[in-house]
Amino acid sequence: MSLWKIAWRSIQQRSLASALTAFGMGLGVALVVAVLVIYGVIDQSFKRGAQGYDMIVGAKGSPLQLVLNAVFHMGDSVETIPYSYYEELNEGRFSSAVETAVPICMGHDYRGFPVVATIPDMFDKLTYLDGREYAFGDGRNFHMEDPFEAVVGDTAARKLNLKLGDEIQPAHPGENPEAKQDSDHHPFTIVGILDHTGTPNDRAIFINLEGFYSMGCHAFAPSVAQTFMQGKKSGAGEDPKHAKEKPAEKGKEPPATAKEAQDHEAHDHGPVPLDERQITAVLVCTDQSRQRLAMALPGVINNEPIAQAVMPSQVISQLFEGIIGNIQLLLLILAILVVVVAGVGILVSIYNSMSDRRHEIAIMRALGARRVHVGAIILLESILLSLGGGVFGLLLGHGLVGVLGPTIAEQTGVAVSALQFQLDELVLIPGLLVLASLVGYLPAAAAYRTDVAKSLTAAQ
Amino acid sequence: MMLELTDVKKSFAEPDGGELPILDIDRFSLGPGEQMVLVGRSGCGKSTLLHVISGISRPDSGHVRVGEWDITLFTEPECDRFRAEQIGYVFQNFNLLPGFSALENVLLGMRFAGGRTDRSRAKHLLDRVGLGHRMSHKPTQLSVGEQQRVSVARALANRPRLLLADEPTANVDSGHQQQVIDLLRDTCREENVALLIVTHTPEVAEQFERIDNLEDFNRAVVK
Repeated sequence: MSLWKIAWRSIQQRSLASALTAFGMGLGVALVVAVLVIYGVIDQSFKRGAQGYDMIVGAKGSPLQLVLNAVFHMGDSVETIPYSYYEELNEGRFSSAVETAVPICMGHDYRGFPVVATIPDMFDKLTYLDGREYAFGDGRNFHMEDPFEAVVGDTAARKLNLKLGDEIQPAHPGENPEAKQDSDHHPFTIVGILDHTGTPNDRAIFINLEGFYSMGCHAFAPSVAQTFMQGKKSGAGEDPKHAKEKPAEKGKEPPATAKEAQDHEAHDHGPVPLDERQITAVLVCTDQSRQRLAMALPGVINNEPIAQAVMPSQVISQLFEGIIGNIQLLLLILAILVVVVAGVGILVSIYNSMSDRRHEIAIMRALGARRVHVGAIILLESILLSLGGGVFGLLLGHGLVGVLGPTIAEQTGVAVSALQFQLDELVLIPGLLVLASLVGYLPAAAAYRTDVAKSLTAAQ
Repeated sequence: MMLELTDVKKSFAEPDGGELPILDIDRFSLGPGEQMVLVGRSGCGKSTLLHVISGISRPDSGHVRVGEWDITLFTEPECDRFRAEQIGYVFQNFNLLPGFSALENVLLGMRFAGGRTDRSRAKHLLDRVGLGHRMSHKPTQLSVGEQQRVSVARALANRPRLLLADEPTANVDSGHQQQVIDLLRDTCREENVALLIVTHTPEVAEQFERIDNLEDFNRAVVK
């Protein structure tokens, strides 16, 4: 009969007190698990959003605001940069260091979901989550030559109950899109619904950049825009930048910023001429086969007066370590304190039972148990209670994560399951062993010091 | 000699700082396989004597030899090991551990003897004391007489050379007293174990050839 079994029997004998003590420990551990998993969810939801490209070029200003705007479609609109900057990155003086460049324009939404104006390369050339290609659960990518086509992220489609063929009318935040139905803004037709990606793009609606420039607030009449795009169609396979060489309506003052552009509603506008277009940012995949050029590119861009190049992973890491990391640390300290308090509960529980158990200990000593044996039995009891509570806490914590998983996935785009473990959780078991040994030491020492003869005589 | 005490003295500290002598024995011995009864009034030091013989308490002076070993020279862990292997102990109130079954209580006696627990011997002993059918019962599910029989089986688990029984019939009803004494005497004879019973029950004492009164040879007792 092992000492473990003897300790287990002792726990069974005080089953209610033992269960309550272990339950307290379980709650503490569940809290730690919850903090770790939530931290993991936040970490992933932030970091995975910026995967698929390694640089964002936007207007000078706050790098964090640019990243929040371009990657997470959050926060106020940032200043804009000339469309020509995209051209420089795609085919101009910076192109030798660039593999893919995708322009985006922000500033509109549809029923609370962000609208991103971009080009088909967004889904054809960029990837997400370590190289996964975008796929369409329904329909297809929008075509460059059809300016009023749109693609919807998985969550946005479900939440807004959008399907192929539906028409949407993006609006500036705060505007009623329904009120715009009767306006001369050409609606966008949904031609594709993206598969779930677990990125902020799930909650976004993507419209053709050309259509964006033809919207009433930035453009000439839609018919003119379509004429413009038909002109582009004649040059099959051409990029938007090539369209600069095509005839385009001129003579209008370009909006200085996207914000100004949004505020500028006029129904007699056509598509904004290429050399007057503004964009929010360019998502850039640098050419890794030309690492030296790629590494020098941000410095070159940042030295120029117009734009800045930011590394989203760096900005997110700084944000994480600076703010979210501290909150997580605080939560973790609180959760660990709960575990420590639960550990003290085990100490109190076992120590209080010692007066009842001196007789049992004396019997074991009379049967030949050494002091170290009875001390070890008490220590093992503390370890069993801690580990039992810890395992219960792990199951409870992960069970809660499993139950809340669908809600978390919907809110953050990060799929979590009950079986998803954080690496930090590995610290829990040795941590609990150390805690159990510490809190078990005092009652174990009391057991060790038990006066056998006195305890046996007292029981007679 | 199986057991030999020479010049053994033991006293306890009193609250006022003084010392209360409990044992002062010039010589006491027991032969191999011998069975004897030790009598004496309450408080004359019978239980203390058993504690000293078993190594649970250390004498203030003198020597206690069990077989060829002088256990007063042992360190405490050596003494614990020796007690587990060489001495069986039957208590007045049985002292079975309530969380363990009858079989586990017997196995527990083997656990601290260092070797592997021998389940077949534990079962054999329980069969021998007539509890083969109640091995998985907890002490609270056994009658008083059955509990004492389990404690006899536990005391014999490690094939001791000396079995000490402290008032083994005190808590057993008169109908079962004889059964307990017969069981102790028979099993000790079968296993060639020396038996020292402490009792103040005359009906028990008078069945033994050798009856010593502790008051006769314990000089610490005030007469």
